[in-house]
Amino acid sequence: MKRFIGFIKKEFYHIFRDRRSLFILFGMPIAQILLFGFAITNEINNVDIAILDHSKDASTEEIINKISASKYFTIKQMIANEAEIEPAFKKGKIKAVLNFEKDFSKNIIKERKATIQIITDATDPNTANSITNYVNSILQNYQQSENKSIQIDYQIIPQTRMVYNTELKSVFMFVPGVMTIILMLVSAMMTSISITREKELGTMEILLVSPLKPFQVIIGKVVPYIFLSVINAIVIVVLSIFIFKMPVQGSLLLLGLESVLFIITSLALGILISTIAETQQAAMMISLMGLMLPVILLSGFIFPISSMPVPLQIISNIIPAKWFIIIIKGIMLKGVGMAFIWKETLILIGMTLFFIGLSVKKYKIRLE
Amino acid sequence: MKEENVIEVNQLTKTFGDFTAVNAISFEVKKGEIFGFLGANGAGKTTAMKMLIGISKPSSGTAKVAGFDVYSQTESIKRNIGYMSQKFALYDDLTVKENITFFGGIYGLSRKKIKEKREELVSELGLENISNKLVGSLPLGWKQKLSFSVSLLHEPKIVFLDEPTGGVDPITRRQFWEMIYKAANQGTTIFVTTHYMDEAEYCDKVSIMVEGKIEALDTPKKLKEQFRVDSMNDVFLKLARIPSPTLPKGNGENIDRN
Repeated sequence: MKRFIGFIKKEFYHIFRDRRSLFILFGMPIAQILLFGFAITNEINNVDIAILDHSKDASTEEIINKISASKYFTIKQMIANEAEIEPAFKKGKIKAVLNFEKDFSKNIIKERKATIQIITDATDPNTANSITNYVNSILQNYQQSENKSIQIDYQIIPQTRMVYNTELKSVFMFVPGVMTIILMLVSAMMTSISITREKELGTMEILLVSPLKPFQVIIGKVVPYIFLSVINAIVIVVLSIFIFKMPVQGSLLLLGLESVLFIITSLALGILISTIAETQQAAMMISLMGLMLPVILLSGFIFPISSMPVPLQIISNIIPAKWFIIIIKGIMLKGVGMAFIWKETLILIGMTLFFIGLSVKKYKIRLE
Repeated sequence: MKEENVIEVNQLTKTFGDFTAVNAISFEVKKGEIFGFLGANGAGKTTAMKMLIGISKPSSGTAKVAGFDVYSQTESIKRNIGYMSQKFALYDDLTVKENITFFGGIYGLSRKKIKEKREELVSELGLENISNKLVGSLPLGWKQKLSFSVSLLHEPKIVFLDEPTGGVDPITRRQFWEMIYKAANQGTTIFVTTHYMDEAEYCDKVSIMVEGKIEALDTPKKLKEQFRVDSMNDVFLKLARIPSPTLPKGNGENIDRN
């Protein structure tokens, strides 16, 4: 045990004397969470649009007022004719043009039908989609308020309620994802780098020739990172609660335990990587390409898994991060308990055991 | 008094697939002896050494190190040997003191013993002024001397040195060998691999490996007589011809590292 403490002390010296690893450990989590929280959002806010109003009558004016009153749009420009639409887009300032046809009010009354053309800049398809939806809902709103006086046969009024994230804040979606990425990165990448570093320097050989058993060496390398990852997880949760007002509906204890489980899964992956990689650079590349990309693309963090092609959906199942994201979203946003996430938890435990088993096997082959 | 053998190797063999890196080598090393283990790159020195220090399993043959079997008692072997590899192997980002404390710690020395050893070692090497400096800032020669002293911290019966003097100047090499002599005089057995044939002259006994086999094994004096030459360098040149081109390149010493 005393040997072990000496070993861990040495490990902390390595970490705290290397600015690069300190930055990855503590700078990155904070930077990422703030970046995702503030800068990167799926919501649209104050989108600049232009209006081409061919009729300039009471109805169009009212609709334009409604639009400019919403916080989603800012009317940047009034356009006089169709020829100006293209140049307006090309200047890049505006994201959409609303084109009201001629005799708008008159058509409403006479033909009971009028047209607005919504032209959006689809270089960014998500924003274009959102703009169209938002404009549509403003128009519908207007229509309903106008039609109150008129008797129609029936009316379907959809009552939507968004649960678990009523304000549709995208930061609620990002926090679990960012937490997953950071725990994965810190645990898997940092351990694999620190183990391969000993191999590169030749100190691993010295350690293996010492009375320390190979598994003691590995555990000694891993323990400091469990500790640091737990601190990271706490920092992330605290930041998201206090800065982004993210609720934690479920049990904090359960959240903590599940996080520790995922940290161990990632560490096991890190150990596995270090049995394959001979150099620190190789370890870093494998961690980044083999772990980060799949985590970002296939875990459901940014792109919903259900809209992926079936082969990718199947592949996404082997990514530990997917299951962890389901777990923490469940605990933080829905407030579910173990009864709802035992399956995901078991999958993570299974994966962890698999990675450890594989590492032990690879390690033994190396020693033969 | 019968002299005690601390290393006994009999028909020790290591194969990697079809390739035989170490081919049925046999030798004995006595207590307090300086045993030079020579051979060209790829002759199988490192592979043989790894089997003796318990981090590589032999394919066949027997060997006893410090009285323990290399198949079944590697833990006991590890406790009784010191090892210094050809790659410099202290931690650059730890100070001299921290390195000594760490390595003393993993060999299970008591805190008191570590402190004692640390002070002794620092004053012996004349490192008083820089004992709180990072090892990375020391010149290579000092690092290697320190590394050797660290491998002796736990007072091992045998210390294995894998090309310990690679890349240092002649004066440091000289000092290094003085340290080796001192340790040998105190009863530590030294098992050293080297490229430098002048160093081979310092050994009590040498073996020369060629393509996995031991081709010569005796005192430097007798070997020179046997081959009727004046220096170990000539002995070596007579034995270790340029490796035949049919062998895979970089065999032996590189293969076992993966």
